[in-house]
Amino acid sequence: MTNFIDRRLNSKNKSTVNRQRFIRRYKSQIKKSVNKAINSRGVTDVSSGENISITKKDLSEPIFHQGSGGIKDRVHPGNDQFSSGDHITRPPQQQGQGGGQGDASDSGEGSDDFVFSISKDEYLNLLFEDLELPNLQQNQLDKVINYKTVRAGYCAEGMPANIDIIKSLQGSIARRIAMTSSKRRQLSELEAELAALEQDKHENICAKQKLKAAIELLKANIAKVPFIDSFDLRFRHYAKQAVPTSKAVMFCLMDVSGSMDQATKDIAKRFYILLYLFLTRNYETIDVVYIRHHTQAKEVDEHEFFYSQETGGTIASSALELMVDIINKRYQEPDWNIYGAQASDGDNWADDSPYCLQLMREQILPKTRYFSYIEITQRAHQSLWQQYALLANNDESFSIEHIKTVEDIYPVFRALFQKKSVQTA
Amino acid sequence: MKKATTLDDSSDWTFKKLEQYQNEIARVAAHYRLDTYPNQIEVITAEQMMDAYASIGMPIGYNHWTFGKKFIQTEQTYKRGQMGLAYEIVINSDPCIAYLMEENTMAMQALVMAHACYGHNSFFKGNYLFQSWTDASSIIDYLLFAKKYIADCEHKHGIDEVESCLDACHALMNHGVDRYKRPQKISLEAELKQQKERESYLQSQVNMLWRTIPDHEKNHAKAKPNFPREPQENILYFIEKNAPLLKPWQRELVRIVRKVSQYFYPQKQTQVMNEGWACFWHYTILNHLYDEKLLTDNFMLEFLHHHTNVVAQVPYNSPYYTGINPYALGFNMFIDIKRICQNPTAEDKAWFPDIAGSNWLDTIHFAMANFKDESFISQFLSPKLMRDLKLFHLHDDSNKNYIEVGAIHNESGYRKLRAMLSEQYNLSNLEANIQVVNADISGDRSLTLRYIPHQGTPLASSKDEVLKHLYYLWQFEVKLLQAHEHGDDEIIAFCPGTQDINKKKTTP
Repeated sequence: MTNFIDRRLNSKNKSTVNRQRFIRRYKSQIKKSVNKAINSRGVTDVSSGENISITKKDLSEPIFHQGSGGIKDRVHPGNDQFSSGDHITRPPQQQGQGGGQGDASDSGEGSDDFVFSISKDEYLNLLFEDLELPNLQQNQLDKVINYKTVRAGYCAEGMPANIDIIKSLQGSIARRIAMTSSKRRQLSELEAELAALEQDKHENICAKQKLKAAIELLKANIAKVPFIDSFDLRFRHYAKQAVPTSKAVMFCLMDVSGSMDQATKDIAKRFYILLYLFLTRNYETIDVVYIRHHTQAKEVDEHEFFYSQETGGTIASSALELMVDIINKRYQEPDWNIYGAQASDGDNWADDSPYCLQLMREQILPKTRYFSYIEITQRAHQSLWQQYALLANNDESFSIEHIKTVEDIYPVFRALFQKKSVQTA
Repeated sequence: MKKATTLDDSSDWTFKKLEQYQNEIARVAAHYRLDTYPNQIEVITAEQMMDAYASIGMPIGYNHWTFGKKFIQTEQTYKRGQMGLAYEIVINSDPCIAYLMEENTMAMQALVMAHACYGHNSFFKGNYLFQSWTDASSIIDYLLFAKKYIADCEHKHGIDEVESCLDACHALMNHGVDRYKRPQKISLEAELKQQKERESYLQSQVNMLWRTIPDHEKNHAKAKPNFPREPQENILYFIEKNAPLLKPWQRELVRIVRKVSQYFYPQKQTQVMNEGWACFWHYTILNHLYDEKLLTDNFMLEFLHHHTNVVAQVPYNSPYYTGINPYALGFNMFIDIKRICQNPTAEDKAWFPDIAGSNWLDTIHFAMANFKDESFISQFLSPKLMRDLKLFHLHDDSNKNYIEVGAIHNESGYRKLRAMLSEQYNLSNLEANIQVVNADISGDRSLTLRYIPHQGTPLASSKDEVLKHLYYLWQFEVKLLQAHEHGDDEIIAFCPGTQDINKKKTTP
């Protein structure tokens, strides 16, 4: 009537599917939390990672159950001091012991929060999920070729680290079988002979001794075949494969003129930090050119771009001119995917704005894949925006966005770099 | 026979030793008239045990994220060492499946076999709730069907669709049982139903003759009949049969969740009895074997160590106190019943005239078969046990700023204390009492539920979320009323929710 079954060797992961389902659900919740955090707090510490705790609320399975309040009658064990009619002051917070939840049966009700924390990498992955540089084209180039290491079978020579144990031991078994088979056949024949002699009524001492000696010799010879030989060793072989790469350069143009107050600069910098993180994470080989401008433009390095305090009047065209210059010198168009992002408060010399438009239309846009202009201001738009707006209406690869406060940064960023394929799909 | 030699008491187990112990335990169990389903004992690893945990004890669970969540929670707490795993899980099926953990010592395995394979198993087979609510022989087949059906649905309609439907059903899972009706013997019911159908057919023939006569005006004036005619507490059943826009496969999902919920319904109501019964028998059986000198002192010491851990009851003021331990209460009650039968005191004779001095085995079998926690306690909890456990009752009225001590374990308090403890295990007091009172079938199709508070306890705030799930299933407006002792019902939640609840007029 009773069966024992050993299930230990059954697959362990009976609930793998359920776990995956859970993680799928949990990811979408994290994404929501990240977006919420970003929108409400700005991007002050984007690069430092984030602890996103998914509270029970988001993953809970709500059921109807009784809340606190009302009259609760409970029986407890271990009375050491109470008599009927005693009044006990209510303990602070909790509504009497075992209040809220039924002790006996409300097992579906756990009150613990289900908290996960995610690493900086995971956080940034989520932050930049579904974003890409628009219109990026892969162009195989002879200059910089990326290699990918791929497995390419086995070879007889290599580094110890690459030894493939299974293949090597398989070789060893095969060799041992091959090298000993004839000897083992002889051995079994001799042993059969010896057994026959043992059965024989006659003593046959001499013949037996001879046979035994031969058997010993054969056994010794079989034992001499080494367990593993350098001949058996097999190494994993790796080959390098060229992968097509795309070369891209991003021009970051920032207005640092006097009209940009500290808050505006701060927003601009945060935008670029976001852009910088996005580029360095998702496009390892990308070049970034930083250009600051007031009345004159200057190419600077990363550190200066984010931290320098220099200031002056505003001539936006100077930055565009410098950009054209750099493109002509260093980033010849067919080889490079060129991107640009310009941030400004919109203040510009009125006379300069039409020139900016002209530069943009004639020199820059034909060469770039995508150019975005971000205006950071709380006031009405000025000439630069108006000029650019003419352009943005009829050019896919040019877009302008408006940031008013810190909260707008991330949504605007997403809007600019939204994966087009995702949107259409 | 073999009784002469003691069983091997070394702590490592082997299948051969398991077999030997099992045979001895089976022999003693039969001696005590334990009637069980055949046993299927499966040895599993800790990881598999966590799998079993995650699927809330269903041997074959359908796929859903909530089980994954449970698994990860279990795994996290287990790996941090915050929680040990249960030594066994036993499943109410025929054959009765019991999982033994690989890590257990031999003494542990013996305890578990006696506990699960003979204790729980005989309870599943003998108790009236299990007999009337569950069908042990078909549950595995049903779960297999459910798993396959749900997988097919996912294939056809997409994982997300199925997932949100199951989410909605899970939210109402506790309301999937007809609490106030017992399931009837199907054959009889079917027969009656057929009979009624025949009758109504004849009746309809008769009515045809009367059709030509114009309707009386008062028929029009009469208020249209309420639907459902009687309030329905089985919300899932109501949804399954009456939700206007559910697709057939969704109805089947509702039905599956309802069936699973029904399968677990008796377990919720017999925790104290079931565990108490199992503890009583592992204790009795292993002591019996010890008295036959089959077990060594060594074995017994380890066994008693585990046993006392399981049935320990910490007092209310201990930092480890989490309520009354059902194992402790149940075990002590069965032991106490045995005592009352064998050595009744004057007090016992006064309190339990019908069982004092009777055959103890008959009595506890009777108690096991015919009660659930609530009735078992109100019938069998003795003054002596209340004194031993030092029970006391707290009356906590949230309107007052103090908690009052009600009955304690003294002459004047015994009856009240027992009644209170019994109430504490009354499922209809523990779960929110919510009923479908109206579905406006001919009007805007809105659904109205009514919550009747137990002792003024309000619904927890999760109600809004649950209502969203209900709305997903019903797909028309859903309202939740709360009954008040004096006066009208009050709307406490509805979905789809415009926030302004007061704007709506109450229409009970």
